[in-house]
Amino acid sequence: MIVLKDVLALLNGELLTPGSPLEVECPKVFASDLMSDVLTSAEPGSLLLTGLANAHVVCTCSVADIAAVVFVQGKRPDSGVVDQARSKNLPLIATKMPMFEACSRIAAHVKDGAHGR
Amino acid sequence: MAAEDVYRQEFPVKGGDFAKAGAVACRIKDLLKDLGLDTKTIRRAAIASYEAEMNVIMYAWEGRVNLAVSPREVSITVDDQGPGIADIELAMTEGYSTATPEMRELGFGAGMGLPNIKKNADIFHIDSESGRGTRLEIVIRTNGHKT
Repeated sequence: MIVLKDVLALLNGELLTPGSPLEVECPKVFASDLMSDVLTSAEPGSLLLTGLANAHVVCTCSVADIAAVVFVQGKRPDSGVVDQARSKNLPLIATKMPMFEACSRIAAHVKDGAHGR
Repeated sequence: MAAEDVYRQEFPVKGGDFAKAGAVACRIKDLLKDLGLDTKTIRRAAIASYEAEMNVIMYAWEGRVNLAVSPREVSITVDDQGPGIADIELAMTEGYSTATPEMRELGFGAGMGLPNIKKNADIFHIDSESGRGTRLEIVIRTNGHKT
């Protein structure tokens, strides 16, 4: 389990949806650029890390009950995507860290690793 | 089941309209929430309808998603006019895909759509005719248990 405010700090992240609650607890973490995999394998309430930054990410997260999204490697969705996320109460975080480093930091924080996938 | 207990709505889907991809699935999710269904049923129905909607957008010329909700089940029927599926058994194989690079760049076309619809459905039927189109019948029972 990891809390969004810890994700923000660990990844030197920027919250793209100001006002989103940061006390949200994500029981699982899922990393993929493939939305098909998110729809197939991500569990409800997961934190998603992805390098894909289009409107389909927000729609996929809404359908799959993803709790929040981290865009890695400096990827940033355009303002329309951010507005869409805000309307669906989906917190968005951007980080310059590459996917591997972002996942590694989160995994180290979670420690036992059993809570992520 | 009395006819008045069933909520019905039809949604058109236009082939190639990637900008609106997911709009129908999100609408269905909101409707099912408003109807007070449990979260697991809503999620399964939303995922199945999203995958089906994406298939129409990616492969067909146009289609219709018909939603019918009763206290016992959510039924989603998708009819499209398009090239159809020549080999349904092959199309149901995880990882088999005829997606274009454009579709893959959007994060789709991994060959998981039809298998994932089946996974989320209690009843799933697919019928297709080459050169005419494809029909999907998806039923999700509201008790949250697969049979």
